[in-house]
Amino acid sequence: MINVKNLRKTFGEIVAVDNVSFEAGKGDIVGFIGPNGAGKTTTLRMLSCFIAPDSGSATVGDFDIRTQPVEVQRCLGYVPEKSPFYGEMTPRWFLKFVCDVRGINGNRYKPEIERVATISSLQGVMDRRIETLSKGFQRRLGLAQSLLGDPPVLILDEPMAGLDPNQKQEIIELIRLMAADKCFIISTHVMEELETICNRGILINRGRIVADSTPADFKEKGQGRIDTFFRQATSEA
Amino acid sequence: MRATSAIFKREFQSYFSTSMGYVILVVFLALSGFLTIKGRFFELRQADLRVFFDSLPLLFLFFVPAAAMRLWAEEHKSGTIEFLFSLPVTVRQAVIGKFLAAWLFLGVALALTAPVVIAVLYLGHPDTSAIVTGYLGAFLMGGAYLAMSTLCSALTRSQIVSFVLSIAVISLFVYADSPAFLAWLRGRLPAFLMEAVANMSVVGHFESMQRGVLEFRDLTYYGVLIAGLVSMTCIIVDHRRESC
Repeated sequence: MINVKNLRKTFGEIVAVDNVSFEAGKGDIVGFIGPNGAGKTTTLRMLSCFIAPDSGSATVGDFDIRTQPVEVQRCLGYVPEKSPFYGEMTPRWFLKFVCDVRGINGNRYKPEIERVATISSLQGVMDRRIETLSKGFQRRLGLAQSLLGDPPVLILDEPMAGLDPNQKQEIIELIRLMAADKCFIISTHVMEELETICNRGILINRGRIVADSTPADFKEKGQGRIDTFFRQATSEA
Repeated sequence: MRATSAIFKREFQSYFSTSMGYVILVVFLALSGFLTIKGRFFELRQADLRVFFDSLPLLFLFFVPAAAMRLWAEEHKSGTIEFLFSLPVTVRQAVIGKFLAAWLFLGVALALTAPVVIAVLYLGHPDTSAIVTGYLGAFLMGGAYLAMSTLCSALTRSQIVSFVLSIAVISLFVYADSPAFLAWLRGRLPAFLMEAVANMSVVGHFESMQRGVLEFRDLTYYGVLIAGLVSMTCIIVDHRRESC
């Protein structure tokens, strides 16, 4: 579902992403890990077609991110890092807007909004202004909008940031529930999350992939602790 | 088309989901009423909207930048631009959708000045074609102001900077044919360039429409200016999202 080849992105002198290649398919829950500033968000932004790569190529659901950005965006749901949404809107209005953009209209949008609101536990706050919602609800709204239209690929940038343990657990269960027939890419720098949610980990440091394996393998290499492996791998590079 | 209309709808509704849109409208209507009456609308005893239309270039100079300042500046500041462009939306669709929403908002403001038209119709026998072309001219002139303001909003993440910058840019186009400015240019520019500068004035093209004259060159001027500025806004938005 996702095929990335030699992706590179620079900002002036800084090389943010350098020669990144990987593949991911149905059922994969790929954890994108790395220190702050490693290039995780830049890679995800390129996959979501928010920014264009300098060189290299990538396809999402058979569509090229350079030449078919709109088709790519149709088959992926994306949750940006800070869940920035229009504060003056209500979740109901906001989800309706995303339905309109995605062409979910007529008599299809109401059940679709109900569906994502139910799985994201948003029913109680659907008519409150987004800016008055707690961070937990805002994250869930971010996830809810990405599920509209049931896209096969979901890219979540730090979905757990700022959530309490209960809220984290809810999101983990939600991801597990949907994992079988979707491809998830989840960025995080919390190792526990990698272990509990993902069935694969890609460690990125200074824009380059330094490890691509399973969380269990990372744990083994770190003598029982993923943290140890993370520190070793990122300090060597 | 689908994405453009979704963005248009969201943006237009946003004006009325906060007090901001209402405040801008009320201030616009109050000031336009004040300027019309202060401009001796009743004392002149002429059944036309000359006084009202004459006040619009100055009034729009503040009203339009206020209505447009958040269009792109706020997207950049709050980071919603990243979300917006992760949806199946092209830059052109987003820019046009937002521009049209703000233009319709301006149209609503103009429509709410209907009492002045009713007053003129009640008190005398005005030239209705001049009223119609005058309103059309006001709407087109507002569109040109708006295209400049939208471009300024795309250049910054601060609504205040966008507001002030828009006023400065629009002023250049408003006062391009003012006698003082042309006198200053005389001797500095060849005659044909001076004429070109004077023809750039957004107000000059509005004046003939106030008199009921609908000329192809005026419509072309506004059309080309708006299309050009909207295209430039597309380039800026596309370029600036890289630096988010």
